[in-house]
Amino acid sequence: MQKKQNLLALVLLLPSIVVLGMFVFYPMIKTFWLITQLTDLMGNPIKFVGFKNFINLFHSDSFMTSITVTMIFVIATSIFTVLCAYFLAILASKKMRGMGLFRTIFSATMGISVTVASILWLFMFNPQIGLFSKVLAALHLPDVNWLSDPVWALVAIIGTTVWMNIGFAFLILLGAVQAIPTDLYQVADLNGASKWLRLRKITLPATEPTLFFVMVVTLINAFQTFGQVDILTAGGPDYHTNLLVYSIYQDAFVNHTIGRASAESVVLTVIIMIFTFIQFYLNKRKAAKYAG
Amino acid sequence: MSIKLKHIKKTYDNGEEVLKDINTEIEDGQFYVLVGASGSGKSTILNAIAGFIPINDGTIEIDGRDVTNLPPKDRHLAMVFQNYALMPNLTVSENIIFGLKARHVDKEVQQERLNEVLQTVHLTEYKDKRPTNLSGGQRQRVSLARALVSDAKVILMDEPLSNLDAKLRAEMRREIRALQQHLGLTVVYVTHDQTEAMTMGDQVMLLNQGRIEQIGAPLDLYNAPANTYVADFFGSPAINLLDGQLMGNRLQFVNGVEITFNHELAGPVRIGVRPESVRLTPQGAFRGRITHIEPLGDGTNISVEIGAAEPFRLKVSDQLNLRTGNEIAFDILPDQMMLFDADDRLVGLGPINELAV
Amino acid sequence: MQVNRTKQIGNYLLLSVIAIILMVPLLLGISLSLSSSSSISQGNLFPQKLVFSNYVRVFTDTHMAQFLLHSLIVSGVVMIGQLVLSILAAYAFVFLDFKFKKTAFVIFLSTMMLPFESQIIPNFNLMRDLNLLNTYSAMALPFLASAFGTFMIKTSFEQLPPELKQLSQIEGLSHFQFITKVVMPYCKISLITFALYSFLTNWNMYLWPLISTDNDKVRTAQIGLRQMRAQDTASNWGLIMAATIIVVIPTMLIIFFGQKYFKNGLTSGVIK
Repeated sequence: MQKKQNLLALVLLLPSIVVLGMFVFYPMIKTFWLITQLTDLMGNPIKFVGFKNFINLFHSDSFMTSITVTMIFVIATSIFTVLCAYFLAILASKKMRGMGLFRTIFSATMGISVTVASILWLFMFNPQIGLFSKVLAALHLPDVNWLSDPVWALVAIIGTTVWMNIGFAFLILLGAVQAIPTDLYQVADLNGASKWLRLRKITLPATEPTLFFVMVVTLINAFQTFGQVDILTAGGPDYHTNLLVYSIYQDAFVNHTIGRASAESVVLTVIIMIFTFIQFYLNKRKAAKYAG
Repeated sequence: MSIKLKHIKKTYDNGEEVLKDINTEIEDGQFYVLVGASGSGKSTILNAIAGFIPINDGTIEIDGRDVTNLPPKDRHLAMVFQNYALMPNLTVSENIIFGLKARHVDKEVQQERLNEVLQTVHLTEYKDKRPTNLSGGQRQRVSLARALVSDAKVILMDEPLSNLDAKLRAEMRREIRALQQHLGLTVVYVTHDQTEAMTMGDQVMLLNQGRIEQIGAPLDLYNAPANTYVADFFGSPAINLLDGQLMGNRLQFVNGVEITFNHELAGPVRIGVRPESVRLTPQGAFRGRITHIEPLGDGTNISVEIGAAEPFRLKVSDQLNLRTGNEIAFDILPDQMMLFDADDRLVGLGPINELAV
Repeated sequence: MQVNRTKQIGNYLLLSVIAIILMVPLLLGISLSLSSSSSISQGNLFPQKLVFSNYVRVFTDTHMAQFLLHSLIVSGVVMIGQLVLSILAAYAFVFLDFKFKKTAFVIFLSTMMLPFESQIIPNFNLMRDLNLLNTYSAMALPFLASAFGTFMIKTSFEQLPPELKQLSQIEGLSHFQFITKVVMPYCKISLITFALYSFLTNWNMYLWPLISTDNDKVRTAQIGLRQMRAQDTASNWGLIMAATIIVVIPTMLIIFFGQKYFKNGLTSGVIK
């Protein structure tokens, strides 16, 4: 009986484990090995160099720029995404006729791909015919070179990413806001609580775990950003939008410095691991909160 | 079909003993009730009979065949669950023939039996509805029909009426009992509800922490409980258990009342008095203030402070014009008294002597 | 309490303004896709005259139709693969009692903290060595198993009332019958949610299809758009936007019809 179950479990799990082994675990191990190697243009290792790739990486100005802008990007993106989505979720949680349409619109960006979003915003940022230039002109303000100015380019990518992320964050937060028992608000009404007090004393505490959770998920996703950079700025100007994953891609497939790209991959992995642990922890806390 | 349980023992992996040596015989056509508080092991026995959980020791026989190590499907029984266990995506008919389909029973036979049981449980007009569109009682009837259609002669029922409201529960009690008698089914019925145990069972097993407290016909359990646990379990309001002292031919209650009582035992005893085993009389030997009164319409429940550990519970069949705080006097009907020894075991019943103050 | 009409109108106004602002990029895209080249190069955001030629040109002048088909195949295959493999794995975790269950669970869990973005180099090398670059296999294989899907479906399987399992035991259902006749119908909503989510994610995938293809043979629509972006002269914007709108239509449909599933489904499971 037990033996039969063991065998069946093996058969059922094997397909997944083979795929995960081949395309997740094996590459992981290979990456850790590659960071110790000097490679040729095809990516074939030619010489063992120990931790040299790592040391070089952390002494490289372009990488330090890359890691700095990645941090700025990730933090700004997450904060703005959560703030906007939370505001929309509270607004859309009201019971009103036709709210379904607004909810669909607010969550719509969830279905928009990186490519589509980036191309739509590429036009918005177009220096001659784009919307932003037109608006600035109409307000008699000096024109901005959105995608070729070191600061504005990053702002442009943050804006595009926040817009893309709002849909998913909104949908999850809406679920959390709607899950708050209405009797809590009824008690607040009986006590004549102000709107601000209701938000601070009821809505915020009740949705706090979900809020943190969405924050971490957005952080993790932001670290993995690639497409927006590829389409909007190609990492420029002068590495000022060279986010980590784009940097890996460039080093691996354009510059063919596999050792360096592998070292960057390890940095990315460590960062994501830390945040995933935080996410698991928050998930447990969220589950505990709902159970209690 | 008879069922024999011989020395059944079940221990969880964490060492907790949930069944300690269970022995009984369930006769063909009997309505056998397993009753007890939660955690008493009643559902575990049912799961062991069904074969959902392996037992550590003992044997289970169904119709003379040792089924201890057979999987559930080879035990030829059917089951009715507390939460109905209906598939929400299937219609009433599809739910009922669920098992027949799985066993690849001939299509015509399926339809024939389906129509038969639909009539039996009065669901013919609902046969194409989905469970979500049915009331709780109707859902449980579907579940019942599904058990009947299998032609199994043993049906296990796990608290089938717990999710229904009180009125429906009373109705379904009668319906299930009538069906069981009409079809001659052997039913093993698990419940925590003493009323269900009393009103439905031919034979009742009361369980407590994995041990059998008593097996017997409902009225035997009520009138001659083997110990104070059994006495306390059945009856509402619960039986009064008063401390007392046997000294020669005198029985002294804790509040000082004494009666003549001949018994070979001597020393401390507990006296069991059912709330209805009393007679209100102004000359009563027991008297005190009413602490609580519940007019029921067809009778009255009263709690009276008589100087014992807790108020004495009375149940009379009259409407009384009394209020909390009033004084009241009553006598205990001696022929309905029970006597328990220091280990809470029943040692004596009824009146041995006349009440004499 | 009386409904405050002014407040009500204010609410609708606020919601509408926000909705329009959010949709501006998409609305502008639609607007351009319906404008003629000359209109756009004169700096008009809205068409002076509605033209549909851009949409026609997407299919006549570009390989987009072909790319869309490639996207559909890859997304469909990966969706089915993830669904099947996740159902099998989740079944083992929920309904079977086996040795090394905890270990297997940790293996699945740990893949959720290893981002695919950090493993593109070895994966690329592997595909190159297997001679699989520019094939459907290269694009689909790495994603056939999904830890996220396994956990989401596992959570849903755990909601199955234990009585249905017991009933199936009494009736003697095989594992296969139990999965297909009881578990899958009961957990239908979660399975649909995951299937939609999976398709959406695969359709929108960007980095890996970019790396694993370098010609048009199996190139997906997303990469097709990237190619068109390279020619973002004013005269081309109408065509680019038309292609963009075509690419976004399938996922928009999924969002419209799947919204209620996503809200409940994605919050119930472990969320990526």
